[in-house]
Amino acid sequence: MNNPIIQLKDLSKCYGTKKAVDKLNLHIASGEIFGLLGPNGAGKTTSILMMLGLTEPTEGTATVCGYDATRNPLEVKKLVGYLPDNVGFYPDMTALENLCFIAQINGIEEQEAKKSAIELLQTVGLTHATNNKTNTFSRGMKQRLGLAEVLIKKPQVVILDEPTLGIDPSGVNEFLELIQKLSREQNLTVLMSSHHLHQVQRVCDRVGIFVDGKMIVEGPIETLAHQLQLNEGFKTIIQLDNNKLSSSDITAVLSEISGYKSCELQNDILSIYSDLDITADAVKLLVHKNANIISVQRNGYSLDDIYAKYFENQTVKM
Amino acid sequence: MEKKISIFKSNNTTNKESNSSFIPIAMKVLIKKEITSHIRSWRFIILLALIVLTFGASLFVSFSGLKDTINNAQDPDSTFVYLKLLTTSDNSIPPFHVFLNFLAPLLGIALGFDAINSEHNGGTLTRLVAQPIYRDNLLLAKFFAPLIIVSVLFTSLVMLMIGAGIMSTGIHIEFQEVVRIIGFIAVSIIYVAFWLSLAILLSIIFRQGATSAMTAIGIWLFFTIFFPIVINFIVRPFIPNPNYISEQEYLAWHELILNLMRLSPSQLYTDATTSILMPSVRSLGPVSMEQMVAAIPSPLSFKDSLMIVWPQLTGITAAMMVCFALSYFVFMRREIRC
Repeated sequence: MNNPIIQLKDLSKCYGTKKAVDKLNLHIASGEIFGLLGPNGAGKTTSILMMLGLTEPTEGTATVCGYDATRNPLEVKKLVGYLPDNVGFYPDMTALENLCFIAQINGIEEQEAKKSAIELLQTVGLTHATNNKTNTFSRGMKQRLGLAEVLIKKPQVVILDEPTLGIDPSGVNEFLELIQKLSREQNLTVLMSSHHLHQVQRVCDRVGIFVDGKMIVEGPIETLAHQLQLNEGFKTIIQLDNNKLSSSDITAVLSEISGYKSCELQNDILSIYSDLDITADAVKLLVHKNANIISVQRNGYSLDDIYAKYFENQTVKM
Repeated sequence: MEKKISIFKSNNTTNKESNSSFIPIAMKVLIKKEITSHIRSWRFIILLALIVLTFGASLFVSFSGLKDTINNAQDPDSTFVYLKLLTTSDNSIPPFHVFLNFLAPLLGIALGFDAINSEHNGGTLTRLVAQPIYRDNLLLAKFFAPLIIVSVLFTSLVMLMIGAGIMSTGIHIEFQEVVRIIGFIAVSIIYVAFWLSLAILLSIIFRQGATSAMTAIGIWLFFTIFFPIVINFIVRPFIPNPNYISEQEYLAWHELILNLMRLSPSQLYTDATTSILMPSVRSLGPVSMEQMVAAIPSPLSFKDSLMIVWPQLTGITAAMMVCFALSYFVFMRREIRC
């Protein structure tokens, strides 16, 4: 955490009376891949815009690569590549022309721009479409081209806003692996915003869960899961087949076990929450009651739960 | 000495990166891209065809009547063959400078109505403002690129006309004509620039290209067609019966109507081009008989013609600048997101 390349201090943004971002504090170290996770409208894009100096914060400062993004946006933009969530290209220009155009705006000479554009198109796997007009591009191809465009100015930091939106699952994997590879090779700092925890967690070193303008929790995914377990206790998921027991029956049976907290039956899937690990006892009792158990999953805190947990909090608040 | 030169050279190269000359590199790239995409667009090709056709038609008509025009001893301007080519007509179609009064706004609007909003809707604006360029460079590029195209278009058209004139008539062009024609081109470019900056302003305000185009065309139609009607409609009822008022009062009323008309940019353009292209025009308003007494019907010098329309020229330029300043104001601090 020494030498943070992105440093946000009490960053806030209000639209009228609505607080889009509320006192956001964040440090991102050089070379890190950070995932900014949150539901739609949580203020992720607004935070990113403030980091780039594209919108002015109501309060607080955003320091990127040592420059104040509000006061000195041009220096920040020289060092930061930004891929917006709804990326578009000039439809009447080819992929190569689009890339060269952006490279030249960044002060790269024409010949050199063309050379590195061709290299980057190869890196992102678009060599076959080099001279195609971009209006024929699919969403996934546009994202790839966007990534090439971000990299052409040789940035220190790459900010990707919803990079996986609208790409098919295999494309998402490829895309994220590409980002991870590039980050490792070139020591790029990557800030990625997304509402797909599943997709992002594989490549992120750290994630921050961002809800309703506030950073609720941040850290590596494992730590988050662990924390959740400590707070929430244990969870057992039992899959029943052809269940004939009513949920009140089950509750009556299970409540005999010490440490039992609550349970929930939905479509033959029984979720049991407890303070202690009661999986074995619960199965034993249920079998006595002639329940057809086909599978038991212990301690099923998956990413979904992490996500649901933090997002639920938000809905309660609202 | 050599040392000095090498120092100078090295300074030059270091400067090159940040600020090579008066115009930043990024802006040159932007202008180049804008010009390329305009020239390749169908919209521009159609406009080009329209303007070349009207120019050709009006020129053809004035060429065919040229003999009578030049031999007309009554007309003090008859020696200015090339100005005559631009202004005379046998009334079957209007002369070129009147045509341009209609076409120039169309040109400006067509080249500017989707300047910003098409980038916004295409998702390219976010990418562009995330690059290390000043936002005003973007606006200036959107403004100057079409103007460069229009300037080249007008200049080459008029050059072609002069060339054709010299080849067919064999009459050489006078210096004053050259100056006046350059003045005419300059005024036309400023007029296009006004409509262009208005269209850019609308393209920033409205997110939909169609809305901004319709609004721009609405404003244009209002000023060219409805504005004179509205002015007449409002002022006429207040004018007393000419039989009961003095000549001075009657003239004052006319002057008032004319001045109200001059709130419209197309009236300003008409005034300006008329005076610049017709050296004998001495006044743009009504002239009384007393004023005409002892006046020799001779052409004015270019400077005098320019003095007559100086207020008109500053008026158009000011209107253009106000529109541009407004678009600057609206655009500079706007948050851009898709």
